[in-house]
Amino acid sequence: MAIEGADIVKAAACLGASISMGLGALGPGIGEGMVAAKACEAIGKNPSEAGLLTRTMLVGQAVTESTGIYSLVVALLLLFVV
Amino acid sequence: MAIDIQTWVNVSAFSGAGIAMGLGAIGAAVAEGNTAASANYAVSRNPSASGEIFKSMLVGQAIAESAAIFALVVAMVLMFSPFPSDSLLWVFVMLAAGISMGFGAIGAAIGSGFPAAAACEGMARQPEMSGPLATNMLIGSAVCQTPAIFALVTSFILMFKDYTGLPLAPTWAAILGAGISTGLSTIGSGVGGGLIARESCLGMARQPLTATTLTNTMLLGQAVTQTPAIYGLLISFMLIFSSSPETAALTPAMALLGAGICMGLGASGPALGIGITGQSAVKAISRNLTAASDITRVMLIGMAVSESTGIYAMVISLCLIFVV
Repeated sequence: MAIEGADIVKAAACLGASISMGLGALGPGIGEGMVAAKACEAIGKNPSEAGLLTRTMLVGQAVTESTGIYSLVVALLLLFVV
Repeated sequence: MAIDIQTWVNVSAFSGAGIAMGLGAIGAAVAEGNTAASANYAVSRNPSASGEIFKSMLVGQAIAESAAIFALVVAMVLMFSPFPSDSLLWVFVMLAAGISMGFGAIGAAIGSGFPAAAACEGMARQPEMSGPLATNMLIGSAVCQTPAIFALVTSFILMFKDYTGLPLAPTWAAILGAGISTGLSTIGSGVGGGLIARESCLGMARQPLTATTLTNTMLLGQAVTQTPAIYGLLISFMLIFSSSPETAALTPAMALLGAGICMGLGASGPALGIGITGQSAVKAISRNLTAASDITRVMLIGMAVSESTGIYAMVISLCLIFVV
């Protein structure tokens, strides 16, 4: 059975997409959790600033999310474009 | 020298048993040591409560142990069950069952140790709260064990499913992917749930009046922590029960294996992050009960955002299973 070059390339793209998204989801998940954790503690200490703290938390999480989105984009590119 | 299928099935069954028990022992040992360390500290702090502390240490250690016992059961089944040897697929089934249970026991056991340790310390601080602390510890530890139960279920389904008529390629990759998906995805959920339960026990000992709110928030947080493990279980089931047409090409096999790796790795981070959030939310509520509703709301928003990367991983897994 001869394995064709195109098949190996596509198989590697599938494996690469899964590794990209799998590992790429680890960091943002933990990081965003830490952001939310501190926001909860801060609201406990100063409930009157809850709105401001929630907004800051969401902005911080959005920035943290970016690497997760890079991983998603790379995974989708590997699956459907390359 | 020709080696027949039976030999290979035995090789992988014994390797799978080793993986299941070897990895499965890590978490329980860490958790029990952690609990005993806290119990020693607690007894030295308040020797008059030593009876209650000793009891809760043993109960907590027993719960943490159960994940390792699941792994032992799977290892025994792998070693001593007569499995059919009609197909080389069984080689991958044995390995996948071992991987699923071995990795699946780590997080659940480590997580269960956290509330047990915290309950011991709490009893030294507030001996009159021993009863509620023990109850809270039991609930929290029990929820931490669910990921190990997911792994056990996956292992048993893998071992006792009927594989007759399924093609070797690419089913081997789906089976291996299913084991990896459940096994890895449960690590974060177990540890994360334990972090929340630990803080709830500590908070209860610090502020006994907040006990009910803390238990409720703990359960809410732990429920969200379990979702990534449920994604992993879902992808596992899809992989186990999907049937692909026979093909010699490499791509379908790597897509199915990749789906498992992607979901397994991708679920651990968000689950751990959600656990860290829940831990701090419970701590904040125990210090300032009046802000409980604000804190719970922000906790849930923050958890939802942490969850997003886990959902991306699930989307990529589903694309790999159904689109590629």
